[in-house]
Amino acid sequence: MSEDLLKTPLHAAHLKLKARMVDFAGWDMPVMYTSILEEARSVRTGIGIFDISHMGRIIVSGQGATALLQAATSNDVAALKFTQAQYSLITNYEGGIVDDIIVYRESDESYLIVINASNAAKDIAWLHSLRQSDDVVITDKSLETAMIAVQGPSAPAAVAKLFGDDSILDTPRFHYVRSEINGHGVTLCRTGYTGEDGFELIVLATDADAIWQSLLDAGAAPCGLGSRDALRIEAGYPLYGHEIDDTTSPVGALLMWAVSMEKGAFTGRDQIAEIRSNGPSRKLMGMVCKDRIQPRQGYTVYIGNEAVGAITSGVFSPTLGHSVAMAYIDSKYAKSGVEVEVAIRDKRAAATLRPKKNLLQP
Amino acid sequence: MALVPADLLYSQSHEWVKLDGNIATIGITDHAQAELGDITYLDLPEVGRMLQKDSQFGEVESVKAVSELFAPLTGEVIETNTGISDTTELVNSDPYGEGWLIKVTVSNSFELSVLLEAADYEKFSEEDGGGH
Repeated sequence: MSEDLLKTPLHAAHLKLKARMVDFAGWDMPVMYTSILEEARSVRTGIGIFDISHMGRIIVSGQGATALLQAATSNDVAALKFTQAQYSLITNYEGGIVDDIIVYRESDESYLIVINASNAAKDIAWLHSLRQSDDVVITDKSLETAMIAVQGPSAPAAVAKLFGDDSILDTPRFHYVRSEINGHGVTLCRTGYTGEDGFELIVLATDADAIWQSLLDAGAAPCGLGSRDALRIEAGYPLYGHEIDDTTSPVGALLMWAVSMEKGAFTGRDQIAEIRSNGPSRKLMGMVCKDRIQPRQGYTVYIGNEAVGAITSGVFSPTLGHSVAMAYIDSKYAKSGVEVEVAIRDKRAAATLRPKKNLLQP
Repeated sequence: MALVPADLLYSQSHEWVKLDGNIATIGITDHAQAELGDITYLDLPEVGRMLQKDSQFGEVESVKAVSELFAPLTGEVIETNTGISDTTELVNSDPYGEGWLIKVTVSNSFELSVLLEAADYEKFSEEDGGGH
């Protein structure tokens, strides 16, 4: 392991569990503990916990915070109640995606934003560049807090039990509540990246280990980034650097549900409107493969001899027993049910296009 | 600690060889399967194909990586373990048993002397770390 890698507050806990560690965006993170497939199945059938402390957590607050986020992000933060969160995009002047984020509104002019680890420095610099007023303060809380995702059909009950508060179960999806542990505040958000029910907890770094251990004692399976990736591909969720980046538009990525064209001006709005009116040249699609061989990022998708697209992510589905993928497909072929082939080394793997949504649903 | 059965021979590309008369059963080692993690796909040669020592004869894929398989011996493929194509996790759980991959006829017994004995492979795989 490189000495330079960042460590989350749960780093020692991962080593104690003999996790296999990898460099992920400059963080020394667990890719798996025992088995990627078994960890993923634990989340689909019971409860799994993930250390996602590597994700950036920043507070944007002060007079003008709402105006800054209305200009910098695609969704409408003014529509959020003070207990609510939303998926959103930081967009650039070309209508591309700087990052995909979750915005939690705390008060009239205060927001907590969860950003991708790989984009944290870029996002913070970008938000500073768009800042119109010195009254808006951007505070990086990433290192003083930890973040634990508790996911799976049994996750909400386990979280409610841990905090001794059944009212937590009333939290709607994309809403959050505050609770306490050891007298310290905890934010519990009904969100996740697995396609299952559950919560993402933001806790003080010093409380992370005790909460992690309590969840393990309650029967949660520790899950690494390998299973997290498999689960999000099955669920049809994009990952920055795969499905989306600075050059992809929310139109082609089918993320217009996270874009409010009605709220007024924001960075890249006119470019996004133009792409939408012209129609994107390619669209993100889901894909269900017939075999177990895995399409991986960059592999070419064919219909006959014509290259019609490129894989963005693919994985052997722990739930289905064959591979699933996402791919950008030439818009004229981007229809559910179209039969394609993926070139995988010296082979062609048969697959069927599906809408970009949960690939586990028939 | 990875298992290294004493009665097998080993290649530096982490295949094992079990001799039964003129027939060699070939698989990947416990060390190799542990490095790869969950194995999800196997590409094995057709029965009847002649393998050349050290040439690629197939691939083994895990969730995280693809690894080429190299023939530890020259010989003709007489059987492949097609029965595990949908239960490839057997290569993880039982790499020296149910997770075997192919059987070949040994055509050049001199090649056996180039393979590693268990003690030498154990040392080699410890030094090689994540080599497969």
